[in-house]
Amino acid sequence: MTTTPAVTEETPVPAVRREALHFALRNGKLVAGLVVVVVFLAAAVVGPMTISYGPNDYVGPAMAAPSGEYWFGTTMFGQDVFAQFVYGLRSTFLVGVLGGGLAALIGMAVGFTAGYRGGLVDEVLNMITNIVLVLPALVVLLVANAYLGVRSIGVQALFIGLTSWPWAARAIRAQTFSLRSRDFVDLARLSGVRTPRIIVREIAPNMSSYLFMTFILLFGGAVLVAASLDFIGLGPTQGVSLGLMLNNAARWSALQLGMWWWFVPPGAGITAVVGALYVMNVGLDEVFNPKLREM
Amino acid sequence: MRRYFGRKLLVYGLTFFVAVTVNWLIPRFMPGDPVQSMLSRANVSQPAAVEAMRLHYTSMFGFDQPLWRQYLNFWGALLRGDLGISIWLFPTPVTDVIVRAVPYTLGLLVPAILLSWVAGNRFGAFAARRRWLDNSVLPLGYVLTATPYMWLAILLAWALGIVAGIFPVAGAYSFAMRPELSWAFAGSLLQHWFLPFASLFLVAFGGWAIGMRNMIIYELEADYVTYLRSLGAPGRLVRRYAFRNAILPQITGLALQLGVLVAGALVTEIVFSYPGLGHLILQAVQNQDFFLLQGTFLFIVLGVLVANFVVDVAYVLVDPRTRAGMGGAA
Amino acid sequence: MSLTVTGLRVHYRTLRGDVKALDGVTFSVADGEIMGLAGESGSGKSTLGKSLIRLDGRMRHVGGTVELDGVTLPIGDDAAMNAHRFREVSLVPQYAMSALNPTRRIGRMVSELLASRGAGPETAELERRLELVGLSRDVLDRYPGELSGGMRQRVVMVISTLLDPSLLIADEVTSALDVSTQRAVARTLREFRDRGLVKSMIVVTHDIALVHQIADTITVMYAGRLAEKAPAEALVTAPRHPYTRMLISSLPEAGVRHEDRRLAGIPGAPPSLLDPPAGCRFRDRCPLAFARCAEQPPFAEVAPGHHVACWKAE
Repeated sequence: MTTTPAVTEETPVPAVRREALHFALRNGKLVAGLVVVVVFLAAAVVGPMTISYGPNDYVGPAMAAPSGEYWFGTTMFGQDVFAQFVYGLRSTFLVGVLGGGLAALIGMAVGFTAGYRGGLVDEVLNMITNIVLVLPALVVLLVANAYLGVRSIGVQALFIGLTSWPWAARAIRAQTFSLRSRDFVDLARLSGVRTPRIIVREIAPNMSSYLFMTFILLFGGAVLVAASLDFIGLGPTQGVSLGLMLNNAARWSALQLGMWWWFVPPGAGITAVVGALYVMNVGLDEVFNPKLREM
Repeated sequence: MRRYFGRKLLVYGLTFFVAVTVNWLIPRFMPGDPVQSMLSRANVSQPAAVEAMRLHYTSMFGFDQPLWRQYLNFWGALLRGDLGISIWLFPTPVTDVIVRAVPYTLGLLVPAILLSWVAGNRFGAFAARRRWLDNSVLPLGYVLTATPYMWLAILLAWALGIVAGIFPVAGAYSFAMRPELSWAFAGSLLQHWFLPFASLFLVAFGGWAIGMRNMIIYELEADYVTYLRSLGAPGRLVRRYAFRNAILPQITGLALQLGVLVAGALVTEIVFSYPGLGHLILQAVQNQDFFLLQGTFLFIVLGVLVANFVVDVAYVLVDPRTRAGMGGAA
Repeated sequence: MSLTVTGLRVHYRTLRGDVKALDGVTFSVADGEIMGLAGESGSGKSTLGKSLIRLDGRMRHVGGTVELDGVTLPIGDDAAMNAHRFREVSLVPQYAMSALNPTRRIGRMVSELLASRGAGPETAELERRLELVGLSRDVLDRYPGELSGGMRQRVVMVISTLLDPSLLIADEVTSALDVSTQRAVARTLREFRDRGLVKSMIVVTHDIALVHQIADTITVMYAGRLAEKAPAEALVTAPRHPYTRMLISSLPEAGVRHEDRRLAGIPGAPPSLLDPPAGCRFRDRCPLAFARCAEQPPFAEVAPGHHVACWKAE
């Protein structure tokens, strides 16, 4: 499901950057994906500012189809679907950044340590990684969230981060392993540089594109998991999210009532953001991995 | 090979241990008093049950005993197959409720996983052969994998169920029927099964197709492919070898995706009110039925572990390197 | 005449334009000849080796012809070239250690490969040849991962020559090996030729000292063109091209491995092949350069079998 790019060959850094930029601008997948993500991000940031009422306020007529006044129509109770949508997008980006970010941090910490240290440390970390990897994340999250009386996006992101890092740790470990024995790392080690510094200064920069792509995938994963949780009814108790909108639409029989405007936008928003991120990732892979470039 | 399976089994054993422990820990260390909230809820809906509940709690958890004792008791009850009593369906034991739901979930999941895996791999390998196909299929595949399972389920239910009226959108069989061995009932089952199956299948299919396409593209850059081509081997042979090698990481991927697929099945069942484990989870959440929720959790974990082991066996059958004791890529 | 290459031009497509990796290369290899092909990295020697069997994705055949046993090879046409590969031209690649499909038993892979080329399973011959390189027949029942790197390389040498090709290209076959294994590989290559399993051979290498042990003739390339071709002994003891001379004199004593580093003894760097200057390409680094070097010197025969591209080589 994920692409596993190889760490690119070492060539002088400025040349690599220039070349990467050249390919980046010409890569249709990267540009298209980025445009979609930026449009939705802008809607999430700017959208709520243009709306004077809250997403859950009962502002209009009930069950109104999309119109000039209410672009995405209204819910069963007269809430503005468009307002819910842009606020929901905010939650989506927030949970992606926080959850995906935390997972990336844990994955990096575990992956770098295991890959660089090797030996017993590696064995132990590997075991832990495998255990968390095998546990079905959503089900663990269900149980944990069910016991929380009050749920917030932050806590949701925290739990998602804690359960979704293992594959990233594995991938980063493998990459670190292959970089560990390179000359420049040996040189740093021989000149007495301490381990954390070697990891931060020598290893991480050499796989920065890889780390970035890993983060994108974790971001997408966090968004999808959060949507599922919200849909089951374990979303944030306050506020809106796209998953919660789907939950409400399903719960109040929007399907049977033919209120397509209630359940189409939230799912489309998630699909568009996550899909665009994935397509962008393929583009990035082609940019950073010379073997995949189309000449 | 013994070592390979030994390691795997150790991991699975530890995972189960961790899952049970987490299951035991969560209610004790979460804020609030779940027992009280559960009882007070039960008080409203099942006044008669409260005293029985309280007794059951005390005997099962033994709150007056030291923690380690409570923990051992928990394991003891678990090993006897005692997962507590459901509040939602009081006084049915949780184990019974789950056992009744499991066939529905398996009936959706197993065909969806296997068929999407086979079809997705074939299609991905096929798409990698032609540029135009690749360029149109790839974005479509990514959009499919990015689709939340429940949203695709809702769209299918709306389009094919409500608007077109071809398929029913709720339940596992017609409400007018009782389960029996007849063609009419089987037909009804199949009719109700199709949409949830299709939405699971489609999302998973996109993922496998993309995974295969990416793997094949990497394989076609491998040295052994360059060598074969230098010796004039026809594309057919080259592709066969590349497919065979690319399928290995896809098998590993199957194990990695199990959790996501199970999650997909759960939310899909909720959309279609399909009476499997997902439906149980929804009911458990809505009725604050923590016994049922935790029991379902353990059941799913167990199922995923067993499935993982099956995948491991399949991997060994397919990758000669694990058999020859060379480690392989697992 | 086994192989005749005339005015061969092959370009590499890059972002900044075409790199003229081979810019008018003309030479021939006789029946039974083992030709060493030496040069710094970037000289075009590997491009030449690849051009004779399979251009990689970014290479383009721009001009010139390659004739093998009187038949012109369609080197720019990947599909048409397939008929000639393996049967007439074959390759022992640089990556021989990883050239075998890791998930197929070697014997099965070989028979599938042969079948795909319409050749029968030559089990007896295959076993005889494995014996020749010191391998027992049971390697055929093994997966590549079960063999050592050296064994895998020998298996590849046997596979590549199984259909008795007229020309074998051995690309840097020794660069990953230790000295004693290098010698063994060199001996095996000669033996293949002596037994008539291959008619002629081009051994691409950056290691003149080693190629001296295998080859009958040595060709030196510089910046996309041939600098000198001569019988091995003559080239090493009495080189005529100033570049070859500097290359030989910068070598450590014979037999010691020469790394592919920039030649310390020759100041300057080869010209960019994106837009190479007219005339002799070595002239900026050449101590003998004079006015006439602005004109490209012909690759002229100055003694029997000894060709040099230098105005001062008479």
